[in-house]
Amino acid sequence: MSAPIELPRWADLVLLPAINLAVALLVAGLVVMLVGQDPAQVLALLVKGAFGSRVGVSYTLYYATTFVFTGLAVAVAFHGGLFNIGGEGQAMMGGLGAALAALALGEHLPAWAMLPLMVLAAALFGLAWAAVPGALQAWRGSHVVITTIMFNFMASALMAYLLVNVLKPPGTMTVESRSFAPSALMPGVHQVLEGLGIDWPRSPLNLSVFVAALALVGVQLYLWRLRAGYALRAVGHAPEAAHYAGIRPRAQIMAAMMLSGALAGLVGINEIAGVHGRLLLDFVAGAGFTGIAVSLIGRNHPVGILLASLLFGALYQGGAEIAFEIAGFSRDMVFTLQGLIVLFSGAMAQVAARPLSRLLQALAGRRAAGGPLASGAPHG
Amino acid sequence: MDEVLFGTLLASTLRVSTPLILCALAGVLSERSGVIDLGLEGKMLLAAFAAGSAGALGGSLVLALGCALAVGVALSMVHGYACVSHRGDQVVLGMAITMTAAGLTVVLGIAWFHQGGQTPPLPDAVRLSPWFGAIGAAVEGVPLVGKTLAIGLFGHNLVVYGALALVGGVWWLLYRTRFGLRLRACGENPAMVDAAGVGVTRLRYSALGLNGLLCGLAGAYLVLAQNPSFVPHMTAGRGYMALAAMIFGKWNPVGALWACLLFGFLDAASIRLQGVVIPGLGAVPVQAIQALPYVLTVVLLAGFIGRAYAPAALGVPYVKER
Repeated sequence: MSAPIELPRWADLVLLPAINLAVALLVAGLVVMLVGQDPAQVLALLVKGAFGSRVGVSYTLYYATTFVFTGLAVAVAFHGGLFNIGGEGQAMMGGLGAALAALALGEHLPAWAMLPLMVLAAALFGLAWAAVPGALQAWRGSHVVITTIMFNFMASALMAYLLVNVLKPPGTMTVESRSFAPSALMPGVHQVLEGLGIDWPRSPLNLSVFVAALALVGVQLYLWRLRAGYALRAVGHAPEAAHYAGIRPRAQIMAAMMLSGALAGLVGINEIAGVHGRLLLDFVAGAGFTGIAVSLIGRNHPVGILLASLLFGALYQGGAEIAFEIAGFSRDMVFTLQGLIVLFSGAMAQVAARPLSRLLQALAGRRAAGGPLASGAPHG
Repeated sequence: MDEVLFGTLLASTLRVSTPLILCALAGVLSERSGVIDLGLEGKMLLAAFAAGSAGALGGSLVLALGCALAVGVALSMVHGYACVSHRGDQVVLGMAITMTAAGLTVVLGIAWFHQGGQTPPLPDAVRLSPWFGAIGAAVEGVPLVGKTLAIGLFGHNLVVYGALALVGGVWWLLYRTRFGLRLRACGENPAMVDAAGVGVTRLRYSALGLNGLLCGLAGAYLVLAQNPSFVPHMTAGRGYMALAAMIFGKWNPVGALWACLLFGFLDAASIRLQGVVIPGLGAVPVQAIQALPYVLTVVLLAGFIGRAYAPAALGVPYVKER
């Protein structure tokens, strides 16, 4: 059992993830059948709901924007050798930062100054919330997985306290802050297109989608083109070797966690500044955990994360559409599928590797046996 | 008057702590064998759903309990298959179980019972009945502490007493039996266990089996004793709080018991302390008390109050050398 499994690069990068994804979809299809629905019909409705109309596509992109942020957050921490489960809490804090900036200065600043300030505040609050577990990991050795889970619960307690006791306007019943000034609202894509003379239906898709695109490019450049990114990956990949080469592991742990927290915090821009226009209690709604699935399927690479975010955006939008169309179908099917994807593409990712490698070797062996180099079959 | 208050506080502490204790023990067993369990929440949730739906459809307490235990063990076997047999990432697996359980219970609940994910309320025959009520009535006459004891300690159901007894049971298993010694060694230095001719895989699977039973029992308790039916997301982070308690108890069953009782007490007290003004401090925000278990665990993990050492081989899949 201890021999490493040898797979050709294309099989490792494309075939194996595709097989794992297919298994997850298959099991989800069985669950759909178990609740008495037709998987083919559900799939057709899902694709139609997600891509069949301009509104559908806009919603898909809006969900994907959030998942790009949380997915990148998990991936950056992962490259630093850390598993950040705290995306949920960091995103919550990001929303809080954006909201505090908007509530304090929204009436006094024009949009061109307000919106960048909110982006900065969201990133800084997320960064700070991730920096504490990062520092505890770097200097005290407290495992970041456990501390970030604890920080998620602390974040939701803090949010509940602030909303109920500080930010809620007196005399209102719903637990939310007052609405932001118009300058603190991220313009919707339909508004911008309207300004350009293009007619586009209303949707929550807003300019945050460009922030997400910038984040994708930025992470790609940082991790693979900058010396700082190299140091981060070196510590994540081989901490002792990196240390020997003169890279300080503590600084890189802090960098990975802070960058990760800042990315997760940007969820607040898409949701709070872009859609709700006020601070809500539960606006993250599990997006931090979806980021884990996104990063796993995207294999922690920006291109993969972009594709995985679109997949999950389509699932969320399509799932909502199906819940409208089919009575008794719950949108929670999407959450089930998400969990199954984490199970098969994450925890059980290597289960199919050995049979696959045997199959590929058998196929290669058969081909080689027909040719002149029969003895050149791959070693077994 | 105060006697009644202390009694009800004690009673609700015990009631709230019971699922925490069971889950924390489950965590102690699996983590002492070297397998991280972040899936406590999901195992408990799916087991609670199994108890709720089996109880509603079959109308039998034994069936409901059996289904919950079976689901708990089945999930633990998935855990073992992925992480012990195939060396998958243990943290990721825990997240997977919890995420899948959160979605699946709602999907199945809505499809089967058409009540927005809830199961129908269970009849009394399927619910756990109070025990030792007679002793409580007898003790009530004792001056000073009688009423507090009667309300606080007696008249709970079997699982509450069972959970307390299981703390002793797990302690005995871990520290006084050969199996327990091997299990702990497995979490510290599996290569040594292997060299001694004992199967690491088998030991870890056994630990996970027991872990599944305890999670199943915790889930069943939520539906058969605490709540009249299954409600979506009813575990509400208890699995993670149990994880925190296990760490706070330094991976020791008795330590975990005290941590669970402390966290349970904070939970029970937070409802009562709402709006209470403490002189010099002002009103205590209920959210601060609710967040306290997590804050305490982080502070402990950071080594500011004592030090918690995880088992040395925790989270490291064992690769047998040939």
